[in-house]
Amino acid sequence: MTKPAVTLSHVSKTFHLPLERASGIKQAFINRIKGIKGYKKQHVLKDISFTVEKGDFFGIVGRNGSGKSTLLKLISEIYTPDHGEIKINGTLVPFIELGVGFNPELTGRENVYLNGAMLGFSNTEVDAMYNEIVDFAELHDFMDQKLKNYSSGMQVRLAFSVAIKAQGDILVLDEVLAVGDEAFQRKCNEYFGSIKKDQTKTVILVTHSMESVRQFCNKAIMLENGQIVASGNPDKVASQYSKMFQNEYIMEKQNDASGGNIGNQISDVMIKSINIIQDERTTKVIKFREDFSIEFNIESGQKYEDLVMGVHVINQLGQDALSMSTRSLKQFGLKAGKNTIRFDVQNVFSEGGYYLNVAVGFREYTKFLIQDHGISNFSIIGMDKAKYSPSGLFYPDVKIEVIQ
Amino acid sequence: MFDKIFSKRHRVLLKELVKTDFKLRYQGSALGIAWSVLKPLMLFTVMYMVFVKFLKFTDGTSTYPIVLLLGISLWGFFTEATSVGMQSIVARGDLLRKINFPKYIIVIASTMSALISLTINMFVVIVFALITRVDFTWWAVLTPLSIIQLYLLAVGVALILSTLYVKYRDISHIWEVVLQALFYAMPIVYPISMVMANFPAVAKVMMLNPVTQSIQDVRHNLIAPETVSTAWNTLNHAWYGLIPIAISITVFIFGVVIFNKHSKKFAEDL
Repeated sequence: MTKPAVTLSHVSKTFHLPLERASGIKQAFINRIKGIKGYKKQHVLKDISFTVEKGDFFGIVGRNGSGKSTLLKLISEIYTPDHGEIKINGTLVPFIELGVGFNPELTGRENVYLNGAMLGFSNTEVDAMYNEIVDFAELHDFMDQKLKNYSSGMQVRLAFSVAIKAQGDILVLDEVLAVGDEAFQRKCNEYFGSIKKDQTKTVILVTHSMESVRQFCNKAIMLENGQIVASGNPDKVASQYSKMFQNEYIMEKQNDASGGNIGNQISDVMIKSINIIQDERTTKVIKFREDFSIEFNIESGQKYEDLVMGVHVINQLGQDALSMSTRSLKQFGLKAGKNTIRFDVQNVFSEGGYYLNVAVGFREYTKFLIQDHGISNFSIIGMDKAKYSPSGLFYPDVKIEVIQ
Repeated sequence: MFDKIFSKRHRVLLKELVKTDFKLRYQGSALGIAWSVLKPLMLFTVMYMVFVKFLKFTDGTSTYPIVLLLGISLWGFFTEATSVGMQSIVARGDLLRKINFPKYIIVIASTMSALISLTINMFVVIVFALITRVDFTWWAVLTPLSIIQLYLLAVGVALILSTLYVKYRDISHIWEVVLQALFYAMPIVYPISMVMANFPAVAKVMMLNPVTQSIQDVRHNLIAPETVSTAWNTLNHAWYGLIPIAISITVFIFGVVIFNKHSKKFAEDL
């Protein structure tokens, strides 16, 4: 076995944030005398341990302020940890923020060489990768122009090309999939696809795009408040990440919704449980384009007739993706005691998170017996990106025929 | 730090940074690199007019104008190396926050740029010396030694100041004033013989200043071994002459130690 590319063991990082502008001798002196610390401690990372093996494509996800960027800076040895140890095996090329070390007064060519030197490459080494860098950036005609005359997109393209074409062993990337125009992004995606198979290159990627995590990474971790809250399988981590936002969204929705939520009793009728069923198993994660059922267990205090039950499937954007109603039945009612109502759904939905709004009321709208909003969230995953274009809301069967 | 100074990676980076610094210095000016020679020439003319022709500061020797020019060049080097070196870490802050590389190279690179300027100035001085028919002696061979001493001192000061400057921005103003005070407390534009005649004790204290000592040594060795007094012949005891050299080495070592201790935190403190 080869040695792991990056090993973190029990790494913690605390920042001392100055409370007032303490970057003066006078203030420092006054603080010393008064015994004021002059800063606030912020624990950015707490006891982080993980291993990135050689050849891994390692994803780091988490919301803003969860400590991702600090973690990358620790790995890139820009910051030093307060506790714990970080071991790096191989040359590391960081791409932390845009335009690493670029000087606007220098030409593109000069910047490539300067940047190369920063990363620890000699001029002959940069010579060897120079053409590939320019090719990838597609800036052949601009290399002898000063960087200040580049568009911002061109600058980013050049910086990114240097980072990925530099012959480093470990590539550390922060939020780079959002750079460049669509053509360049496609190119980057292709490149990541190829690098994923390359067992000599190790990539550590921080991103907000769960799509990239699923597509490229073979391992991932999720950070929340400076701690690892999920790790391992990228699909699992990506789902948990999406779910975190979804849950928050639903919480918000629940607080908004005047009608209350599950268990919020407005009559003697109550939803006891909702089961999402696929392949005869109760689940919260539905496979893309595979049909599923939603089963409601409702308890009623008495017999009701002439009712209507409506179920809305709401997507992440708050859109009503599907409205189902028992109006299509001739008659719908509840008997006293336990009732089970099952909706078999043809799954044409896109990947993402969904939740339900459920209402049961009299046919004439005189009274609601149940009004539950933002309940029973589930997600749909596993879209084959090679087969389906990811931007759609619905994926019904489409027959494509080439006539002539 | 020392074991790595000559590693290939660090050498390449140092070379690139110095090259960039120098390339950018006269960027956009019509005369470009010619300024690096023109500027000291013009400055010298002004100084010469003011101090030699108008104020009539002289030690009575024919070489005084060259000695004056040499002193100004060396002082200019010290000022530039320490001031630019002090601000170099903060000036490259955006870089430090994005990539890990040995920080001392930034300080060295900026002092190296000052050293290159000094080299150019020295050539101008030597040309002037040749024109005014200065007789060079074998003493001139010792010149690089004093310049190395002055360079080490400047690097030491720059390392200390740049470390402080990351935390306390007041340092730049303080240093400006200190430099101004030092300038007048040293026999740069006035001859040491003038002080010697009136206040011999003050002259001796002045000579303990390593900047004075090294500048006087260069003047003595390169231009006028007969007429320029140095720490060695001003301070009565030969051992006293070693004090300014000891100060230079101490400042350098202290600079390296304090810089090394704090450089890991620069990226966070900036």
